[in-house]
Amino acid sequence: MIINTIIYYFREAATSLIRNAWLTVASMGTIIISLLILGSSVLLVLNVRQIASDLESSLEITVFLEDGLEQDRLDELREEIKFVPGVTVVNFVAKEQALEDLEESFGDKAELLSGLEDNNPLPNSYTVKTREANLVPEAARELEKLEGVEQVRYGQGVVEKLLALTHWVRIWGSLALLVLGVAAVLLIATTIRMSVFARRREIGIMKMLGATNIFVRMPFMLEGMIIGLTGGLVAVLIINFGYLSLLNKVMLALPFIQLVDDPGNIYLVLGSLLGAGFVIGTLGSTISLRRFLRV
Amino acid sequence: MIQLYNVSKKYPNKVQALNDITLNIQKGEFVFLVGPSGAGKSTLTKLICREELPSRGQVIVNGRSLLRMKNREVPYLRRKIGMVYQDFRLIPNKTVFENIAFALEIIGASHKEIKQVVPAVLRMVGMETKINMLPAQLSGGEQQRTAVARAIVNNPVLILADEPTGNLDPDTSWELMKLFMDINRRGTTILMSTHAWDIVDNMKKRVIQLDNGVIVRDEEGGVYSHDH
Repeated sequence: MIINTIIYYFREAATSLIRNAWLTVASMGTIIISLLILGSSVLLVLNVRQIASDLESSLEITVFLEDGLEQDRLDELREEIKFVPGVTVVNFVAKEQALEDLEESFGDKAELLSGLEDNNPLPNSYTVKTREANLVPEAARELEKLEGVEQVRYGQGVVEKLLALTHWVRIWGSLALLVLGVAAVLLIATTIRMSVFARRREIGIMKMLGATNIFVRMPFMLEGMIIGLTGGLVAVLIINFGYLSLLNKVMLALPFIQLVDDPGNIYLVLGSLLGAGFVIGTLGSTISLRRFLRV
Repeated sequence: MIQLYNVSKKYPNKVQALNDITLNIQKGEFVFLVGPSGAGKSTLTKLICREELPSRGQVIVNGRSLLRMKNREVPYLRRKIGMVYQDFRLIPNKTVFENIAFALEIIGASHKEIKQVVPAVLRMVGMETKINMLPAQLSGGEQQRTAVARAIVNNPVLILADEPTGNLDPDTSWELMKLFMDINRRGTTILMSTHAWDIVDNMKKRVIQLDNGVIVRDEEGGVYSHDH
């Protein structure tokens, strides 16, 4: 009995999808496009976040010290720096070390710096890291107040801008995703409503013959599910191949940028997209049918 | 089979369609429902198949109170009632076979069952040669025969016919009435609302006359009207 009915559901859904081919194509197209934008936005947001946190973790404060401080004072200062809120790591860089680092970065032009060994103009310094990137500006202000500190440097300005950017990308991204999702649900609902409306006499006859609501509803729901799943699958395939080829290109051309390439994360995004297609299709058909079943 | 106790029906637009109706139809009866348009015949039919609920009173069909019936039980009530309408209500893009098969698909019949039952019921109504035709290719009488076949395919205990001969010529109407009598002889209760006075007068069945929402006459072996 149940098998016969299930066969009937699929046959009816397929017939309707074929009979209304244009509507099918239109709603599938909408789902594909919505999910493509949705998926690209999610990947964009994820990547911006990853790049931002990479930059954040490489962020440090350099505390330049006055010349001629005694060793005792240097040790004291280290303890005072550690006491500043948010500070986690403190490293001493002696002026000799600083010069060596500079020479190293000059490479084969290092002889330009020759002669400076006897009269090293570079100061001693501490490099300081904080627990979180947004603690940097506050910590820097505190460090400036310490005795024996000449100057405090960090990426002033850049960090704040980056954080603001990621914040906005996140908000607008989520908003765009929401709007697109709602639009897709409404479009599918309209599509299926048209197909229901065209068949409202038939639905009346079905109810007259003793069809249960679920019997009337199932073919339409299946129709929505098939549209949603197929649209979702197409979108997922396009995004998958598009993103993989983007990853390859970026890895070759810009090796210092680390994009999201963890398969687990990517599959999570793709799976969610497929799920979204399914939900949109099913929800759209359920919403539009309710009105016609009250006979 | 059908019992109504002090049934009134007032529609939301304040129209009082039925007023304090009490009536009892036994299993196996053949009953004509007559009266002018707007007398409440359609409302009565709708109450019996629970398309509408009464404003007051009790409706009992096949031993079940329709007021206490849950919405999800209504489909199972309707499977026990075969309905025939003046406008046939066939699905236009389905063939004669498919239209009748549809009633069986709804109750979950197998493909094999459908292939056996549909031709048999079509033979019974004399439509076996038109099995693959679409409703538009049929005459009115043939369409109504198909509708009757669909109404009886699930072996209903009751047939509600709402002016079934309204769109048919006199000869075809008589053919259809013979079919209904056949069905009635097998034990199916029939309640038929009609304006066809010649049919009612000739068949000498029970006649219930409605006027302005009240029963003005309920007579065994009656005629359409004592006024003409």
